[in-house]
Amino acid sequence: MATQHSRSAARMMMAPAVILLLGWMLVPLTMTLWFSFRKYLPLRGGDMGWVGFDNYVSFFNSSSFWPSIQTTLLIVGGVLIITVVFGVLLALLLDQPMWGQGIVRILVIAPFFVMPTVSALVWKNIFMDPVNGLFAHLWKFFGATPVVWMSQASMESIILIVSWQWLPFATLILLTATQSLDSEQLEASEIDGARPLQRFFYIILPHLGRALTIVILIQTIFLLAIFAEIFVTTGGAFGTKTLSYLVFQRVLESQNIGLGSAGGIYAVILANIVAIFLMRIVGKNLDT
Amino acid sequence: MARAITNNRKIINTTAAWLIGLLIFFPILWTILTSFKTEAQAIASPPLFVGFDWTLENYQVVLERSNYARFLWNSIFIAGGSTLLGILIAVPAAWSMAFVPSKKTKDILLWMLSTKMLPAVGVLYPIYLLFIKMGLLDSILGLTIVLMLINLPIIVWMLYTYFKEIPVDILEAARMDGASLRSEILYVLTPMALPGIASTMLLNFILAWNEAFWTLNLTAAKAAPLTAFIASYSSPEGLFYAKLSAASTMAIAPILVLGWFSQKQLVRGLTFGAVK
Amino acid sequence: MGSITLKKVTKSFDKTEVIRPLDLQIDDGEFVVFVGPSGCGKSTLLRLIAGLEDITSGSIEINGTDATSVPPAKRGLAMVFQSYALYPHMSVRKNIAFPLKMAGLDKKEREKKVTDAAAVLNLTDYLDRRPGQLSGGQRQRVAIGRAIVREPDAFLFDEPLSNLDAALRGNMRLEIAELHQTLATTMIYVTHDQVEAMTMADKIVVLQAGVIEQVGSPMDLYREPANVFVAGFIGSPAMNLIEGPEAKSRGAKTIGVRPEHFDLSMDGGEWRGVVGVSEHLGSDTFLRVEVEGIGTLTARADGEFPARHGDTVGLTPDPERIHRFDEAGLRISS
Repeated sequence: MATQHSRSAARMMMAPAVILLLGWMLVPLTMTLWFSFRKYLPLRGGDMGWVGFDNYVSFFNSSSFWPSIQTTLLIVGGVLIITVVFGVLLALLLDQPMWGQGIVRILVIAPFFVMPTVSALVWKNIFMDPVNGLFAHLWKFFGATPVVWMSQASMESIILIVSWQWLPFATLILLTATQSLDSEQLEASEIDGARPLQRFFYIILPHLGRALTIVILIQTIFLLAIFAEIFVTTGGAFGTKTLSYLVFQRVLESQNIGLGSAGGIYAVILANIVAIFLMRIVGKNLDT
Repeated sequence: MARAITNNRKIINTTAAWLIGLLIFFPILWTILTSFKTEAQAIASPPLFVGFDWTLENYQVVLERSNYARFLWNSIFIAGGSTLLGILIAVPAAWSMAFVPSKKTKDILLWMLSTKMLPAVGVLYPIYLLFIKMGLLDSILGLTIVLMLINLPIIVWMLYTYFKEIPVDILEAARMDGASLRSEILYVLTPMALPGIASTMLLNFILAWNEAFWTLNLTAAKAAPLTAFIASYSSPEGLFYAKLSAASTMAIAPILVLGWFSQKQLVRGLTFGAVK
Repeated sequence: MGSITLKKVTKSFDKTEVIRPLDLQIDDGEFVVFVGPSGCGKSTLLRLIAGLEDITSGSIEINGTDATSVPPAKRGLAMVFQSYALYPHMSVRKNIAFPLKMAGLDKKEREKKVTDAAAVLNLTDYLDRRPGQLSGGQRQRVAIGRAIVREPDAFLFDEPLSNLDAALRGNMRLEIAELHQTLATTMIYVTHDQVEAMTMADKIVVLQAGVIEQVGSPMDLYREPANVFVAGFIGSPAMNLIEGPEAKSRGAKTIGVRPEHFDLSMDGGEWRGVVGVSEHLGSDTFLRVEVEGIGTLTARADGEFPARHGDTVGLTPDPERIHRFDEAGLRISS
């Protein structure tokens, strides 16, 4: 089905979406690129001209850069490990026959629908507050000294909160993939004498391969950009400043646009590396 | 798995799954419970699980004191508006991609998705600047447009996968029956794809409702939605557990309900169709 | 009115030419069948006429005016699809009324025409059902109903019976033929089934690899196939095509004898061979006979014929009905 008429109609009808997204991508990105080469301090002298790669160099050399990369990788890596490992286990458990499966599923998925600011605040105050938080009560009950979570265990806290939000996502997708596994395949392997662990490693895990890759890539992209959880809990203090958060601070808090923009470009490059792999998988899937 | 298993195993499965399910759900449950306590009971030691005086006072206070209704309306307008606007723009685009595919279709689709991967901080200042210049800062309109743009790739993508399932024959039949392009989309495609369009809208509404980068950075007092309203509770002087819980419960309850309806679409929309 | 003229029409997808330059005249009121093996371009040709695909070069005239770039909605043609392509979300009534609604008829007129069409097609009791609740044959009727209410200049059918079971197919074939008698409108019908072509057509267009092999009435094609392809394609069971010394002795590269044009005998006969398979249907008998130096031949005898597996029988071709073809596969007229 393709006549000149329908093809030109198609082009017309695709135009608004394409133009809007093109604008949304190109205009601000070009501006960021432009600012990143300039010394630009809106509150302290404004645009003070071209500085070449200075911003890139000083963002790279600043004392906050490497810690922020480290923090980013720690959060992304920590959350990925937790959500993937527990996601696989939970998916396998939820795939088993049981009573009230639908309700359990709903309970497990729920955190994904909680807005980030709410989950961050609830965890920070109602659970992790060193005086009145539920954890403090729990620690005291066992005779331990309550932990001042946000300062003493800031990274652990944030990883815990973010993992809680993303575990449902991993579980849901892995569960969907698990359910598409042909049960006859499992039965055949059982007849062939494969033990539960062998079945898991030789049949179930390979079947989940693609879903796992997708989960890891998509989560990585979203986790690289987490914002509200840090904004609401530590505000970037106590070693929880990710690359994204550092850029945010440079741009909006210290209003050093040139420096922040250079950092923004680093963030874009980092995200693109992940995105390329994800797009390749999605693209392959498009052909089938 | 369609095979007979012992009741014992089923009991073990059920117990384990329910325990883990409740553990994961517990923070939400606890928040809801706390919202019905008095402030004193909310921080009581040891914590009270059920033996407290149920009260709606917190809800009344939150509703009266904080202009909650305005934040709620902002959230509804922004999430709803960006969804509707997105659908209007995405339906024709998805029609083109699904029914008049060309060699470039795949590339365009992937490119659209890749814009979703752009980290927001990378463009924060330019958008901020443009918003000031255009007077869109702290406006519902501006936020609606931004949220529409960041979710447009997902809308186009989801609609595309739903449209692909509709046989081209039927659209061609409409064309032979004398339908113009407009009638074809309005009377034939849209009603047939209605379930898909509805779930796309649902997921998009949820994503927009929970979005917490642009809503925090581009609003102040006027256009702030619930995400920003909740974030304002992080300042210490405003902190009361029971009231925080009541406000939180009100902010997440509608979405929890909508979200439970959209589990399946969620997988489709968030994995770009790569997991079915 | 419903005459259609194709002039030097070609169609290419990317670089592959699916329709080679092709001329065809379809007269008003004719029942024309496009027939050929799958992939021969017959459906593409129909879609070109419908306007669902652009032609790459050439022109299409409908009723004497150039329609090459007229969109499908404005060509005044109606089409019945292989999948029926009913609107699943509309009742039968709304399905049939849809083209009328698009044409801007008011509700009363629509209602009347739908009722009339439903009466003709035995659909009156099903008007408020959805397509999903109908049987294959009923869906087919709805698709036809949707086509006839438009009162088009011509009907296009794209393999409309291929999704029906054998018994229904026979019935629908008759119904479509009757419809053509009643409406006397031009019909273009695409099929891969030569029985449908032979029984329904005024004019058959045999296509292969995007080229028209022959155009003619069913009996023309049966009696005087223009080439080896048409000879082998038209007729059931297929014509026996023989090459080698036997053909050479008759001055041809290939000779063809239809199974029904053999005189069968237990004794004597021009060619003698051993029966491999014998099918006894009562009304006819079909034999597969292995003849040395010629090959395996299919022969048909009227009524009952006593040959069994392993018997030796004699086959005598009717000399008047031996078709001869030259090196290029073209008919040598006698």
